[in-house]
Amino acid sequence: MAAVETAVKGGFSDWRLRRQSAIEESRYNVRVFLRDKLAVAGLMVIVGTVLIAIFAGYLAPYPDQGRGNSDMQNRLQGPSAKNIMGTDQQGRDVLSRVMFGARIPLIISTVVTAGVLLVGVPLGGIAGYFGGWIDEAVMRITDIFLAFPALVLALALVAFLGANLRNVAIALVVTWWPWYSRLVRGMAISLRERPYVLAAKTMGVGHFAIIRRHILPNTIGPVIVQMTVDVGSVILEVAALSFIGLGAKPPTPEWGLMVSDGREYILSAWWLSTFAGIGIFGLVLAYNLVGDALRDVLDPRLKR
Amino acid sequence: MTMRAYIVRRLALLLFVILGIMTITFFISRVIPSDPTTLYLGGGHPTLEEKARAREALGLNKPKVVQFGIYVKDFVSGDWGQSLRTRRPVLNDILGFLPASLELILSAMILAVVLGVSVGAFAAYRKDRFVDHAGRVAAIAGVSLPSFFLALLLQIAFFRVLHLLPVSGQLSIIVAQEHPVKEITGMVVVDALITANWAAFWNGLLHFILPTLALAAYTAGMTMRMTRSAMLDALESDYARMASAMGVPDRVIVGRYALKNAMPPVLTVIGLLFAYALVGTFFIEQIFAWHGLGTYATTSILNLDYPAIMGVTIIVALAYVTVNLIVDLIIVRLDPRVMLS
Repeated sequence: MAAVETAVKGGFSDWRLRRQSAIEESRYNVRVFLRDKLAVAGLMVIVGTVLIAIFAGYLAPYPDQGRGNSDMQNRLQGPSAKNIMGTDQQGRDVLSRVMFGARIPLIISTVVTAGVLLVGVPLGGIAGYFGGWIDEAVMRITDIFLAFPALVLALALVAFLGANLRNVAIALVVTWWPWYSRLVRGMAISLRERPYVLAAKTMGVGHFAIIRRHILPNTIGPVIVQMTVDVGSVILEVAALSFIGLGAKPPTPEWGLMVSDGREYILSAWWLSTFAGIGIFGLVLAYNLVGDALRDVLDPRLKR
Repeated sequence: MTMRAYIVRRLALLLFVILGIMTITFFISRVIPSDPTTLYLGGGHPTLEEKARAREALGLNKPKVVQFGIYVKDFVSGDWGQSLRTRRPVLNDILGFLPASLELILSAMILAVVLGVSVGAFAAYRKDRFVDHAGRVAAIAGVSLPSFFLALLLQIAFFRVLHLLPVSGQLSIIVAQEHPVKEITGMVVVDALITANWAAFWNGLLHFILPTLALAAYTAGMTMRMTRSAMLDALESDYARMASAMGVPDRVIVGRYALKNAMPPVLTVIGLLFAYALVGTFFIEQIFAWHGLGTYATTSILNLDYPAIMGVTIIVALAYVTVNLIVDLIIVRLDPRVMLS
């Protein structure tokens, strides 16, 4: 009971003070983040890409071609004032295609992130909170999934489920959740001994309510940082799957597919693959820069 | 725990993991598809009789547990099914294509590790100086660049613009005709070297450069970052300062003391990166017309050659867990404290 009393009392009297220091800390963190110019540039690229993806219908010079309408009279034209990035094998404006192509990686990475949050995070919380055989079972299952190089498992799954973007998202969730279960489980093991968790237990709060309200919310910070670091890899994997023909199908504008389409013309019409590839590279680079900076800010152990 | 006990425990764990791999591949190939027989007959519209025969051959009439038992037994006895495309046993196909890929992976890994470790260590030594910043940018760029895109860029630069290197393939056709390489290991360059076939050896090396670079970029970037961070830990440690105070030259502190202590985390990452290189061949080989496991994998995927896809998946997972086990054993040898945790 002593532990519960101190927890409750300490909780109330300290609250104002802790709130204050939390605000100051986050202000400090934002300042540290903003000092990293590359990370700020990365953030701007991400925001810009999201805006382009949302408003592609208005921003693209040839929205119809961006969505897939071909213009066979203007096949494989090099970059010019009319088509800044040239036209592709079906006469479509590459700039418009690249702009519309921003949608798929952003949508899929959001869906995969949500899927991992819904599967990996709760499982990790349950494993860490209960411990014992439940923990053992969940961890051994993650072991098995982690025995596959992620992309190979994703390839096999998509090949058997059928090649389309929905199955790409499913496959990526299947390969990513174990990492998050392990991350959250590690934190849950230490969180379950905290006074407020013990207090909730003594007051008769159910196990799953405790996990939902007291364990998982406290793991969300590191989970978000890890996700920012991983989004780049997810985007690379989506593009890679489309590149070998397992993701987006023509005429869908998708960067990996566009790079693949341009392969045939790589020696005569370099602009087909190049601009789509730069799209993938730029967005992934931006996420990696931001993810790195976030990790430096929020995990001072790694700060250099 | 003694070294032997540790190895025995790890091997037992490996068996468990392999069984897990079999379980997952079994689920993907036999449980999830609504009609596995059609898949294994190569799509199309098989007759009912054909389907019944395939179902019998696959053992799909039996309970799932029995099916799994047969699946594991076939796997252990080397019967990995027949490729729908090549009509040969999948395991034979895989073993035939593996050497060409291994050759590529090894050369990429060696390049990446030498480059990553040396630049990473130097960046840590010159922390916050120009080399460090340049190294960081290069590493992040290497990690963000899709390998298949880098491969195309290299083809444009070195073939189309500079006319320096062959665009694809393992040997030029003329060289392959005039100086045929006798197959010993299945690795073209190695075989040419063993048989002292210098024309083919030199030509093969030229063909190696671009795919190696494309495959090595990501690995080099990751190795560089990991080495830098592990080296910083080591250089800030008491023994490094002590050695420095005693007048030991920096070269010796960095190259001998710190590097040795920074190795375990770097080796772990290298083990994980092996998987990346393995899967990377799926994309690189296709672009460079390389006759290895990667091309076999992508062709099988595009032709929905399910037995082959499953075989490749299993062999890649097996190679991956084996390499990680070897890496862990090396680490324990370097730093026996690891066994305690």
